Amino acid sequence: MLLRHTDDKIIERSALTINPAKTCQPIGAMYAALGIHRCLPHSHGSQGCCAYHRSALTRHYKEPVMAGTSSFTEGASVFGGQANLLEAINNIFTIYKPDVIAVHTTCLSETIGDDIAQISSKAQEEGKIPPGKYVIRASTPSYVGSHVTGFGNMVKGMVEGFSAASDTLENQINVIPGYVEPSDMAEIKRILNEMQIKAVVFPDTSEVLNTPQTGKYEMYPKGGTTIPELRSTGRSRRTFALGQIASGPAAKLLDTKCKVPCTLLNLPIGLRNTDIFLESLRQQTGAGVPDSLRLERGQLLDVITDMHQYLYGKKVALVGDPDHLVALTQFLKDLDMDVRHVVTGTPGKKFVTRIQEITGPKVNAFEAKDMFHFHQLIKQERVDLILGNTYAKYIARDEDIPLVRMGFPIYDRIGHQYFPLVGYRGALRLLEKMLSALMDRQDRDAAEESFELVM
Amino acid sequence: MSPLDKQAQAEKVKAEMLKIYPTKVARKRAKQIIINDVQPGEVVPEIKANTRTIPGIITMRGCSYAGCKGVVLGPTRDIVHITHGPIGCSFYSWLTRRNQTRPKTEADVNYMPYALSTDMQEEQIIFGGEKKLKQAIEEAIAIFNPRAIGIYATCPVGLIGDDVHSVARAMEEKYPHINIFGFSCEGYKGVSQSAGHHIANNKVFTDVVGLTHVKKAGKFVVNLLGEYNIGGDAFEIDRIFEKCGITLQSTFSGNSVYDDFTNAHMADLNLVMCHRSINYMADMMEKKYGIPWYKVNFIGAQSSADSLRKIAAYYEDAELTARVEKVIAEEMPAVLKAQAEIKPRCQGKTAMMFVGGSRAHHYQDLFSEIGMQTLSAGYEFAHRDDYEGRKVLPSIEMDADTRNIEEIVVKPDPEAFAPRITPEKKAELAQQGGLRWNDYEGMMAQMENSSLVIDDLNHHEAEVLIEKYHPDIFCAGVKEKYVVQKYGIPMKQLHSYDYSGPYAGFKGAVNFYREIDRMVNTKIWGMISAPWDKEPQVTGTYGWD
Repeated sequence: MLLRHTDDKIIERSALTINPAKTCQPIGAMYAALGIHRCLPHSHGSQGCCAYHRSALTRHYKEPVMAGTSSFTEGASVFGGQANLLEAINNIFTIYKPDVIAVHTTCLSETIGDDIAQISSKAQEEGKIPPGKYVIRASTPSYVGSHVTGFGNMVKGMVEGFSAASDTLENQINVIPGYVEPSDMAEIKRILNEMQIKAVVFPDTSEVLNTPQTGKYEMYPKGGTTIPELRSTGRSRRTFALGQIASGPAAKLLDTKCKVPCTLLNLPIGLRNTDIFLESLRQQTGAGVPDSLRLERGQLLDVITDMHQYLYGKKVALVGDPDHLVALTQFLKDLDMDVRHVVTGTPGKKFVTRIQEITGPKVNAFEAKDMFHFHQLIKQERVDLILGNTYAKYIARDEDIPLVRMGFPIYDRIGHQYFPLVGYRGALRLLEKMLSALMDRQDRDAAEESFELVM
Repeated sequence: MSPLDKQAQAEKVKAEMLKIYPTKVARKRAKQIIINDVQPGEVVPEIKANTRTIPGIITMRGCSYAGCKGVVLGPTRDIVHITHGPIGCSFYSWLTRRNQTRPKTEADVNYMPYALSTDMQEEQIIFGGEKKLKQAIEEAIAIFNPRAIGIYATCPVGLIGDDVHSVARAMEEKYPHINIFGFSCEGYKGVSQSAGHHIANNKVFTDVVGLTHVKKAGKFVVNLLGEYNIGGDAFEIDRIFEKCGITLQSTFSGNSVYDDFTNAHMADLNLVMCHRSINYMADMMEKKYGIPWYKVNFIGAQSSADSLRKIAAYYEDAELTARVEKVIAEEMPAVLKAQAEIKPRCQGKTAMMFVGGSRAHHYQDLFSEIGMQTLSAGYEFAHRDDYEGRKVLPSIEMDADTRNIEEIVVKPDPEAFAPRITPEKKAELAQQGGLRWNDYEGMMAQMENSSLVIDDLNHHEAEVLIEKYHPDIFCAGVKEKYVVQKYGIPMKQLHSYDYSGPYAGFKGAVNFYREIDRMVNTKIWGMISAPWDKEPQVTGTYGWD
């Protein structure tokens, strides 16, 4: 047993987190910033933060993850990090030549109260920002929220830095895809394309964090939302924000800053939430749902009806990020699965209510809890399937329960870079993964006489 | 290539690296990019090291917390490690370093799969976090009931004035049976992980080493310092030691338990593997307890054999000497067989390595055993002595960042100080057995002239190295891995071993040869170009008919 010290008896904790089900804001901000074309994220703090974030994202994507750091020393921590950031901006534009530096803060720079807006203006005054180049920013103290909050704040920083209001509107919409994978962002773009809707999807990490092997390293790969596209978001007809926590703040700012109204939706994970996304797009833009997407929907539905018996009543435990969990719970519920435990580390009082609205009150739903607690819930009431990130495999192994990897981080498998979870295609993939996990288990455990050839 | 051409090429590459930099950056980096030139007496050029990372530079380096909690203390399975700070630091150091550990029984304690944090919130940043830390310790005791608890301070902790040491003392008074100690390893301390190593060494030395006095049974009882059991390296070294009849009193800190540290001062001898991370401990233990130390290296089959012979030389025991020779004779045939098979495929290929405090040096031995040459190497967080040898210690300038890291003044312990060896005997063994007491010759003395030695290599310089030298393999850490591979060059992680290993000792050497053979000789790198890239001309004039 790897987690041999985890007991089923829950001892109330008010101060100690054990095996977190979240991480800190800056990594989300770094990830979001990578979704701008030719952008170098910059971590304003100790270099350890940047090293940790880059390492974590690299392990998750198996791709280069570039970012700068202000490399605070004890002196900078006492006297403020202005000199470090000014020097960093100058060095980055001289050496690495990005079009944008996206600065996010850390617990260190937030605690000492560095004012990034003021430092950026000073850099501008001192000519450290070349013409046509930009520095945008997000305040991402690690002691507030989680990595999802950090993602949301950096996307908001994009609106703050780039979105410009205008009386002349473009015939386009904005889509903020949420804290999802490059594959998901590509899938959302494909759906929009199928519906012939002109849209700015931002941020967009596809073809940034799933680039091809060409024998040639590109510091700034082909992907990412461009600056003109980001500028134009203020002239769009409407913003579709997918995932309340990750996409809400930017969408709301676009409304107040540029008068672009917004529609806040769940992540389009699963049948129903993809339906809602498409129907919402259709209603607002007047675009039709093409045959190609109808086909995909029908195929998904077909598999659900064909395989319903393997899903019906199966108990599931989910751990991950709130935007994902809300949509996933809905999908599982629609498959007639029995969602027993739902845990997120990200704080947010509304989370539990939103889960209970889907499942009814008899669910163990928790916000701001950890994987130790999640494990204890499973020990108290066993489940047939776990959905969670790589760290959940320690629980899965100890308890001998099948695991479907989902969320961040996935350090030990590939796939999330290339195959989406969103849309009908994504739902089909998730369905296949869950079915394989459950049916492999049935095969493994079946008595000889009931080992089925056809399933 | 002639020596002169090699020199000219190195100069050209260095100039290319510096060309793009702002003046201030170029001036600093010029002193950290050195063209090697070894003169008699291991005299090498001076390199600037252990200085601040330049803001904005994409560096490989991490922080003091990573060096302290992640590297030195992390591998110990029965100390409960509580990170005091916001959630990130604890999260990122959770099982990511591959320090393998093997509890003796199913019932034995193993806290390594657990990441504990106070998950500091805004309220604690404003009003102080000591109360929450105390409560967290209470909860950790209620759940785990450990022998020892380490508390690790992250960046905001020092700034808001939380005192992890006073909390540790207070909690220890309440729970006298638990050893509770704090580390002021805030990420901004020092200039890299190195500060964290030093902070970890200090605290373990003052608060843990020497608390109990049990010497393990055996005639030859040694400590192995600076071996962290990445990928099972320490298991392989354990296997070899056991075969030789050498008892490991403690390993700092791979596969270790708390009691190993409390009893470490009972050993006869300290063997230092990773010089950078643990030399402080060796020095302090010698001063306080009279345990002599020298450097060993179990990376590379020949180096492993040499290191075993060095241990035998110290004991001057005929039986041990014979047994060591017997073990070497037993182990080497498999190694030589693998070399004979693999060397023809790797001979003449080139490597570069940029990691650590010692690995970038040690791994050159392994590469040379299969005929591969190291074109360029450097450390991520080393000091001048790791490059130039400990002889330069007196001439290393003390700067503000280093001054902030406590240097403990150690005196001989009135009771426990017992020199294991007389100065005369030391001198004799130095002369006859070639034992270099308290010494490390550094990386540069072993490297070829005109090879580039680069401290704190950054992204831009790595790109120049790859583009100009086209090495057959490049070694560094996970952040560099996929950059290098996008160039179509295989990249070996020397921190995590790419989730394989062990590479230490004799079996480890064979593992490494096979791994490098696989990487440099796979045909996949030759398949990057598609047919239409190679032959853009087409003869057909219609599509499909």
